[in-house]
Amino acid sequence: MEAVSNRVVALENVTVRYHAPEERIHTFKEYAIRILKRDLRFKEFTALSGINVEIQQGETIGIIGRNGAGKSTLLKVISRVLVPTEGRVWIRGRVSPLLELGAGFHPELTGRENVSLNATLLGHSMRDVQERIDDIIDFAEIGTFIEAPLRTYSSGMVARLGFAVATAWEPEILILDEILSVGDEAFRRKCQTRMENFRSGGTTTFLVSHTMDTVRAMCSRVIWLDHGRVMAVGEPKEVIQAYRKAEG
Amino acid sequence: MANSLFQRSEIYDSSRRGNSALEELRGIFQYRDLIVQLVHRDVVARYKRSVLGVAWTMLQPLGMMVVMTLVFSRLFHQVEGYPAYVLSGLIAWTFFSQTTTAAIHQMVWGGALLNRIYLPRTSFSISAIGTGLVNLALSIVPLIALVLILHLPLTINILFIPISMLLLACFALGVGLLLSTLAVNFPDVSEMYQIILMAWMYFTPIIYPETMVPPEYQRWMFTLNPMYHLVKLFRIPIYEGKLPDPQSVLMGTVVSLVTLIVGWIVFSREADRFAYKA
Repeated sequence: MEAVSNRVVALENVTVRYHAPEERIHTFKEYAIRILKRDLRFKEFTALSGINVEIQQGETIGIIGRNGAGKSTLLKVISRVLVPTEGRVWIRGRVSPLLELGAGFHPELTGRENVSLNATLLGHSMRDVQERIDDIIDFAEIGTFIEAPLRTYSSGMVARLGFAVATAWEPEILILDEILSVGDEAFRRKCQTRMENFRSGGTTTFLVSHTMDTVRAMCSRVIWLDHGRVMAVGEPKEVIQAYRKAEG
Repeated sequence: MANSLFQRSEIYDSSRRGNSALEELRGIFQYRDLIVQLVHRDVVARYKRSVLGVAWTMLQPLGMMVVMTLVFSRLFHQVEGYPAYVLSGLIAWTFFSQTTTAAIHQMVWGGALLNRIYLPRTSFSISAIGTGLVNLALSIVPLIALVLILHLPLTINILFIPISMLLLACFALGVGLLLSTLAVNFPDVSEMYQIILMAWMYFTPIIYPETMVPPEYQRWMFTLNPMYHLVKLFRIPIYEGKLPDPQSVLMGTVVSLVTLIVGWIVFSREADRFAYKA
């Protein structure tokens, strides 16, 4: 499975099974009591079951399906947050998740300090940050506010800064959970352009969305998940049609 | 051009991962800048909005020292320079109790981030220790002032303190990792631990002199208590101006390193399951 072709992601029989007590047990005390009383029932929940997919470099993959179909779990497996219960995940390159912009931001730190914190959370070194910090400030249109604590920012400024940091380095694999709506119209256009540049530059993208028009417009292939299984993979038009038919 | 860049890319294969403890170590090395940023965040965030700023770190143990001295100095009058004795013990103990508690909380509440992006799972525990070390270093300043005020001997042996701090940090990290592993499954571990900490503190000569404990109890109360050795390693160079005896150094080193290694291995092995808990 070594560097043949331009494969960037390969999932082989990927299965994620949650093994959880039937009722959620929160405390050690309760757990101990249950064990003593032999009143501990487990139930299995299969979030993903036998997923086999191969993705080539530069593809934009849409993931569709109902709530609870396993879309987020699949993204977690690809972004290395979750190691599958069974099967194999093979990934070449750094995965950048654009899930929650500015998730690691702290209100008391300045914009500049938050950029360093967020960038290192995404796996970049401080040397990388120093190289790009001016670009990030420029792109986010923050100006001199960069030295002010984040709590003085408007929500739009926070979102812009979050997006600017997360996309300051061209990602090899990009994960988008629902399409981003950041800031005003003009800034959104700027974001869109940056995304387009990534795609033409060879970035592989995973996009989860409930908006079929977006999926059709952006994706080269679509994966339809239901109850943790792949129902169909292929041309956006055909897969979306089949999905819509099944959903009624 | 893009292609040549991608050829060098790192490969992740979930079926071909090495030893979990070594992988975690490699991850932390890669994310070392993150640790610095997390410590920076915790230290700065704590002080930015308070008027006295950094002074709080020094005032808190000083305040406790004053209370302890008022309450106990008559009782423990045989202890020379009791305020310095109690302050040195309190500083070491506070470091241990605060960092281990912070490590648990970071895993239970900071887990949201671990559930969204990949990070070495030990990042938060290590940064909790790092923040504690900064506070510990700051609180040594008033301790030295106190030693001078009380005319206790301040000697070159104080240079042993960084080693004591390092050993204390290793032990705290090991304990923190073991507790975090438990706390991910049972959040009430944190509450139970607070009670254990309180009892543990009274079993360790922090506010009373060792000689108060009858010799027949000393063996199990002190010899088997890691914090007895670690507090001693921190206290002796600064309060007595001496080097700690080799036996204490050996015990302190062995117990810290063993705890750290065991904690690291257990935590790394369980780490893959953490994301399944949320």
